[in-house]
Amino acid sequence: MIKLFKIAIRNLIRYKRRTLMTSTLIAIGVLFVLVFIAASGSFKNLMIGQITDSMLGHLQVHKRGYMASIDSLPLTLNLNAKAIKKLEIAIKKIPEIEAYSPRIKFGGMFSNFVESSNIRMNGVYPEKEIACIPLFLSRINKGEKAIKKGEILIPELLATGLKVKVGDAVVVIATNRDGSVNGKQFKVGGIIESVTGPGGRDGYVHIEDAMEILRIDELEISEVAVRVKDFSKLDSVSNSLNRVLSQNLNKQGKPVFDVRTWEKLSPFYNIARMIDIMTIFIKIMLIAIVLISIMNVMIMAVYERIREIGTIAAIGTMPEKILSLFLIEGLSLGVTGVIVGNLLALIAVFLMNIIEITFNFGRQTGFILAPELKAGNILFVSAVVIIVSVLAALQPAFKASRMEPVEALRHV
Amino acid sequence: MSLIMAKNLSKTYYSGEIEVHALKSLSFEIKPGSFMSFIGPSGSGKTTLLNIIGCLDKPTSGSLKVANVLTSDLTRREAAAFRGENLGFIFQDFNLIPVLTVFENVEYPLLIVQNVPARERRERVISLLDKVGMKDQMNKFPDQISGGQKQRVAVARALVSNPKLVLADEPTANLDSKTAFMVIDIMKKMRDEFGVTFLFSTHDPKIVGEVETLFTLEDGMLSSRLDGKGGNND
Ligand SMILES: Nc1ncnc2c1ncn2[C@@H]1O[C@H](COP(=O)(O)OP(=O)(O)OP(=O)(O)O)[C@@H](O)[C@H]1O
Ligand SMILES: [Mg+2]
Repeated sequence: MIKLFKIAIRNLIRYKRRTLMTSTLIAIGVLFVLVFIAASGSFKNLMIGQITDSMLGHLQVHKRGYMASIDSLPLTLNLNAKAIKKLEIAIKKIPEIEAYSPRIKFGGMFSNFVESSNIRMNGVYPEKEIACIPLFLSRINKGEKAIKKGEILIPELLATGLKVKVGDAVVVIATNRDGSVNGKQFKVGGIIESVTGPGGRDGYVHIEDAMEILRIDELEISEVAVRVKDFSKLDSVSNSLNRVLSQNLNKQGKPVFDVRTWEKLSPFYNIARMIDIMTIFIKIMLIAIVLISIMNVMIMAVYERIREIGTIAAIGTMPEKILSLFLIEGLSLGVTGVIVGNLLALIAVFLMNIIEITFNFGRQTGFILAPELKAGNILFVSAVVIIVSVLAALQPAFKASRMEPVEALRHV
Repeated sequence: MSLIMAKNLSKTYYSGEIEVHALKSLSFEIKPGSFMSFIGPSGSGKTTLLNIIGCLDKPTSGSLKVANVLTSDLTRREAAAFRGENLGFIFQDFNLIPVLTVFENVEYPLLIVQNVPARERRERVISLLDKVGMKDQMNKFPDQISGGQKQRVAVARALVSNPKLVLADEPTANLDSKTAFMVIDIMKKMRDEFGVTFLFSTHDPKIVGEVETLFTLEDGMLSSRLDGKGGNND
């Protein structure tokens, strides 16, 4: 085998330019794919992190049916005290859950005593919300970074539209469950920006203030946001929570709770998925590049060396050795490309981390792309390229091994 | 006992509608240790016959025994193994492997084909290179030596695996006459030393003058057999 390697490598060196071009092409392909995987992975993680850590939480629990009519924020589909108790027990059973935050959501009117506009209200427990949504406070761009009783955090849209400043007195009016209207005056504690772009209408108050507006004495909850300790285990946490909760059935025998991970709560999941699909396409392109370039080179190599093949066949070289000889050539080309490509990718990713490429996402600006090359990705891409290299050499190599020595020797 | 025994050997090429009867029912025997040649005009079937004797091609009909093996019945793989074990080849264009040095070219049959241990390999290669006068050039690549030197290396390569029979189709066609004589001389010496049979096909009067047995082919048929100088092995 080593002796065949020697011949194969020397043949590659013999056609220096071609070998160089092919392995460079493969190396560039590997470089491109690895850098894309690293950069898009970093972008995706940042994006998911932004969405989950500043708004959604990793997963949310609602009463079944709530999500279907979330636009109207129906108070009738809130979880009652009994259900909340059950949910809290279930959450505490799962050690992988880091924090959770119950929220009351309702629609209301927001007024500065001159003009009014509608607002989506969120009543939260400040500590719980901050524990569950660690980037929450960073979204407050004016005023004190806190949620206090008697104060309201208003969305930028309303602040500019109604010309409201921090410290102003405003009133929030809402219709409660039995149809009566109630209002409460707040001091504007801060202006909060939306994660996903301008136009967000979410305002935040303390949950007790929310209960006061809605005139409810016993706690009711629209949704519970949950944060897990290890994001990569989100699906399994979600499954176990679902399992525990699914024992709770309503009078119709249907489950009471509806557990959804961020993917099913945010349209940004589609962007994340798009990135994944693009990665797959780029991998397929790499495979095509490797396949075509190596096949091309090997077909040429076999064609140019027909007489040599005839000679070694005539002096008794077995067909499988001739096959191996050409497979090893393809393999060596692939391996060279992979090694060089991996090195280039590592250097490129290292440089990208030094240069600190920034990008904007939604309203947030100045995110630093932190591409990371995982060993798993390197190994996977390398293995695929090497396997494809051998496969690409297979047809020409097989042809070489099947050649009739007389005809090969007669070839000019 | 004969080294080669051919009975009613025929070869017909079919190209489309046209049949070419390249060999027409040849029968002959060749003894071990012969130094002999087929001659004949172009197209008379010399190459075809040598290819069949060399197990590179099969007769259309008839039977051929080489070294007591019915080679006309061998499969592709068996034929390859048989060639590796029993035959040596010398080509008109030398056909050395360009990426291997002189030493490695001669070593090739022992390394890739026969799997001889390294020490023995080295000894045999060097001793043969010495005999053909190419020992001091053994680290050169084929494109760094002359045609005559290449053919001497090819002779060493053909002999290194201790074959019973060496086949050479026009081995001197690309050599000037001085070099050709030298190569013929080396081959004859090798025959004397190892008792290997050399079988040529040629137009070259230099070879014709040196061989001991001469078969004349004409239009696919053996027209005469001459036992020339030495003529001692018939
Ligand atoms: N592969 C082939 N297909 C068809 N016809 C062939 C083939 N090889 C040889 N022939 C024909 O068979 C006949 C014998 O050819 P061969 O090559 O054996 O002659 P030769 O004696 O070696 O000639 P030369 O002295 O020119 O080398 C010729 O008529 C040739 O055209
Ligand atoms: Mg010929």
